[in-house]
Amino acid sequence: MHSFWLRANAVLTFSVIILAFTCAMASVSDCFNSPSPSAQIQITNINWFQKQRNGNEEVSLAMNITADLQSLFTWNTKQVFVFVAAEYKTPKNAVNQVSLWDAIIPAKEQSKFRVQTVNKYRFIDQGSNLRGKDLNLTLHWHVMPKAGMMFADKLVIPGYRLPKEYR
Amino acid sequence: MGWMGDTVDSIKSIQIRQLLAQGVSLGMIVTSALIIWKALMCFTGSESPVVVVLSGSMEPGFKRGDILFLHMSNDPIRTGEIVVFNVDGREIPIVHRVIKVHERQETGDVEVLTKGDNNYGDDRLLYAQGQLWLQRHHIMGRAVGFLPYVGWVTIIMTEKPIIKYILIGALGLLVITSKD
Repeated sequence: MHSFWLRANAVLTFSVIILAFTCAMASVSDCFNSPSPSAQIQITNINWFQKQRNGNEEVSLAMNITADLQSLFTWNTKQVFVFVAAEYKTPKNAVNQVSLWDAIIPAKEQSKFRVQTVNKYRFIDQGSNLRGKDLNLTLHWHVMPKAGMMFADKLVIPGYRLPKEYR
Repeated sequence: MGWMGDTVDSIKSIQIRQLLAQGVSLGMIVTSALIIWKALMCFTGSESPVVVVLSGSMEPGFKRGDILFLHMSNDPIRTGEIVVFNVDGREIPIVHRVIKVHERQETGDVEVLTKGDNNYGDDRLLYAQGQLWLQRHHIMGRAVGFLPYVGWVTIIMTEKPIIKYILIGALGLLVITSKD
């Protein structure tokens, strides 16, 4: 019962169990955090709005994004991935979600921010349904932990509308 | 040196019955590991419930060597989810985030575009020739949880198979020479 290998085996098994338990507890502690983030998004300008040769419409817009995501951070948070998606319906597609901008927030200090940006990813529809279209701009966040379960949520901001004419 | 002598002695004194009994208990261990793996596959609904991150395309969130726990449900795929997918013709699954979703009205079929957080452009370069979107059948699961560093064991064993052989050889020797 006292050979080197048996002792090494016992120590290794025990440390793995303790490590697994610690990671599980770290993840459970995230459940006690009740976040209350806030955000505002303004579309400051529609830069251009055209129909491509293949029939798909494309929009380029400039946005002001203000957000306070400090309450999402816990000691077990490695980073928060935040992105803004335009969501709309068309006759062909029940759901369209197009990500316009995203950012990685590595620490609590940087989670209260104000950004002025043009859409990072091209906003292209499958077809030409965007004229005069009502949109929701939704701010999504994805909390990535140092260990354990990830969780994501969103804030839907309705009430945006694209212009009726091409520019 | 005394240890080597003991090992040689114990190999010489093996009886067939004892060897068979140990073979059966080894088989039991392997079988129960397999049962646990299959049960995990059933429970999470995904073909590979655990994957190792192999590239740096999702840094700083997921680094090479981290492991991801996957879960697949029939819930619709939405932007922001981190999905694991196989491209036709490539065997290694890719773990990236969904950035665009278009879901058809009548059929519910969905077309999805993904991108690695740390990549500049979207994944169209990684898809098959001429493929612009991923469909549901390409997607193996959603990442729901993650553990850092644990996957290095798998990466080392895959990239330097000699270590795998050494480990299995040592384990086999331990099993044979133990007097249980």
